[in-house]
Amino acid sequence: MDLSAISPTLLVASLMVAATPILLAALGELIVEKSGVLNLGVEGMMITGAICGFAIAVESGSPVLGFAAAAVGGAVLSLIFGLLTQILLSNQVATGLALTLFGLGLSSMLGQGYVGLRPPSVEKLNFGPLGDIPFIGPVLFNHDWMVYVTLLLCVGSWVVLKFTRVGLILRAVGENHDAAHALGYKVVKVRLLAIMFGGACAGLGGAYLSLIRVPQWTEGMTAGAGWIALAIVVFASWRPLRVLLGAYLFGGVTVLQLNLQAAGLAIPVEYLSMSPYLITIAVLVIMSAPRKGGKSRASLAAPACLGRAFHASN
Amino acid sequence: MITLEKRPQPSKLWTAITPVLAVIATMIAGGLMFALLGKDPFIAIRTIFWDPLFNEQFAAFSRPQLLVKAAPLILIATGLAMGFRAGVWNIGAEGQYIMGAISGAAVGLAFHPTESVFIFPLMVAAGALGGFLWAMIPGILKVRFHTNEILVSLLLVYVAEFILASMALGALRNPEGNGFPGSRNFKEYPSAFNAELLPNTGLHWGVVAAIVAVIFAYILFSKHMMGFHIRLAGQAPKAARFGGVEPARLILFCLGTSGALAGLAGLFEVSGPAGQISIDFNVGYGFTAIIVAFLGRLNPIGILLAGLLMALTYIGGELASFMLGVPSAAIQAFQGMLLFFLLAVDVLTNYRIRFGKREVV
Repeated sequence: MDLSAISPTLLVASLMVAATPILLAALGELIVEKSGVLNLGVEGMMITGAICGFAIAVESGSPVLGFAAAAVGGAVLSLIFGLLTQILLSNQVATGLALTLFGLGLSSMLGQGYVGLRPPSVEKLNFGPLGDIPFIGPVLFNHDWMVYVTLLLCVGSWVVLKFTRVGLILRAVGENHDAAHALGYKVVKVRLLAIMFGGACAGLGGAYLSLIRVPQWTEGMTAGAGWIALAIVVFASWRPLRVLLGAYLFGGVTVLQLNLQAAGLAIPVEYLSMSPYLITIAVLVIMSAPRKGGKSRASLAAPACLGRAFHASN
Repeated sequence: MITLEKRPQPSKLWTAITPVLAVIATMIAGGLMFALLGKDPFIAIRTIFWDPLFNEQFAAFSRPQLLVKAAPLILIATGLAMGFRAGVWNIGAEGQYIMGAISGAAVGLAFHPTESVFIFPLMVAAGALGGFLWAMIPGILKVRFHTNEILVSLLLVYVAEFILASMALGALRNPEGNGFPGSRNFKEYPSAFNAELLPNTGLHWGVVAAIVAVIFAYILFSKHMMGFHIRLAGQAPKAARFGGVEPARLILFCLGTSGALAGLAGLFEVSGPAGQISIDFNVGYGFTAIIVAFLGRLNPIGILLAGLLMALTYIGGELASFMLGVPSAAIQAFQGMLLFFLLAVDVLTNYRIRFGKREVV
């Protein structure tokens, strides 16, 4: 084994790429959960976005169109979830699972003709002299544009949630839908919009996997990324900037274990590959464990109406 | 203006009708999907739902398959339904299924080539234990640390898949297999083989176990205190707590039972129809069983029927992909659609639809 083969610069740079799909999906889910809806269909929306983006990018030759298609695909799929849970008042857990099962089937059906193709490549942005700064250059200024869009989206969600009226309404709906309804806010409308935003983000995350990170299409290629995104929202205590931290931590673990595999560590590949999932579970345990006061971090931070159906009875 | 009015109690009539409605709606939507794929929708639907049972050419082969495919679905779904009723969401049955299969197969392979009548029962016990222990991880984490069992049980599926890969390539690999991945084939080891009990019926020990599980679950829900506690905790968690139901015990019971049943399903599959531990011997029964549980209205008898129907879509789907060139993934989308429609029409069970003018709110 040769640990010196692992370069810290490359490690940090590839960590940002590895974290981007999960960061996108987790940001979307964060907004959905802030509005009081638990959508367990992230995995299904991600993989649908992955194939929609891949197919359109291959057909049109334009990755930008691909990403746009992925966002639309994810949003349309999430709208099914939205209609079922918000209008027909179905159980959110069951409907989310249905979305994942359906999305996995739908994507492998759509992807029949796309196995083994290569998508159009996405150029890295050129920041001129900034890219030549040692360490910081390759780490921060040598990525494709989606990495920066994702970072902007992350900061944007934080600003919107914390400083704007829209964010306030969204949080009000998530914390107490009856009060928000009494104040005249359209609870169902707000939630539907949040769900579609979440779907679009998950779709973008999936497309990032199939267009940039991998880049090709294989069935079931998200491999649990959607579920990890859900866990990261809990880890982040429903705060956008902590989602960033969580996604980078997770990206770091993924990249590190890949590097250790390449360096020939004496642990079998399968056990290294399962480490991101195990670490996610460990993090969930730490965040959920009750503290001295009796309540856990997660239960204090969760939106109060998370997962509860809203039905204006009068 | 159409409004929804909550029923004081879910309608019994609609509870029974909605699954049928959902199946019909899925057939229509599925037909549209097949038409979009360029297939004749009527022939496609007939190939999936009718031909496996009644076509003279294929029925002889596919009828026994019905029991083979339904058994694991029913076994797993019966266990899941207990948890779902209590609000305990074990969605990692696929992982428990894999771990049950690995532990059971490992016990069987350890005795190779000894022949004894005790080997198979021992494997069954090991299979149940494997699934039980794997489900105890989310169980204990939930009871002790309040960790979300949905995420933990699901993430453990991926861990189980990596363990399966490592077993098929390493510890359980057939030493006489010329280096190919995969364990010894149980078909060549009579003491450990889960053979057909009656020729050409598909009836193996897994089917027997599934029927026993359904009967036990039925008695549990209708006669036993634990079944009452499960229903109470699901419908009125606060009342359950005041009534002396211990949530921790309930969570562990539900997760443990469903894990053990999923483990059993895995063991019966690996020692019978699948025949060996290989990297991809699991085909997602653990996930499809979630649909079966809901389609069967979380009711053991309903699950029995739903399991048979879902097994039919598996066989019919294979037939349709063989005969009509329908992509095999289409059937997975079809099954997902079924759950959507079921959840959608369920609104009729819990709500009354009122037509008329709504007052100003």
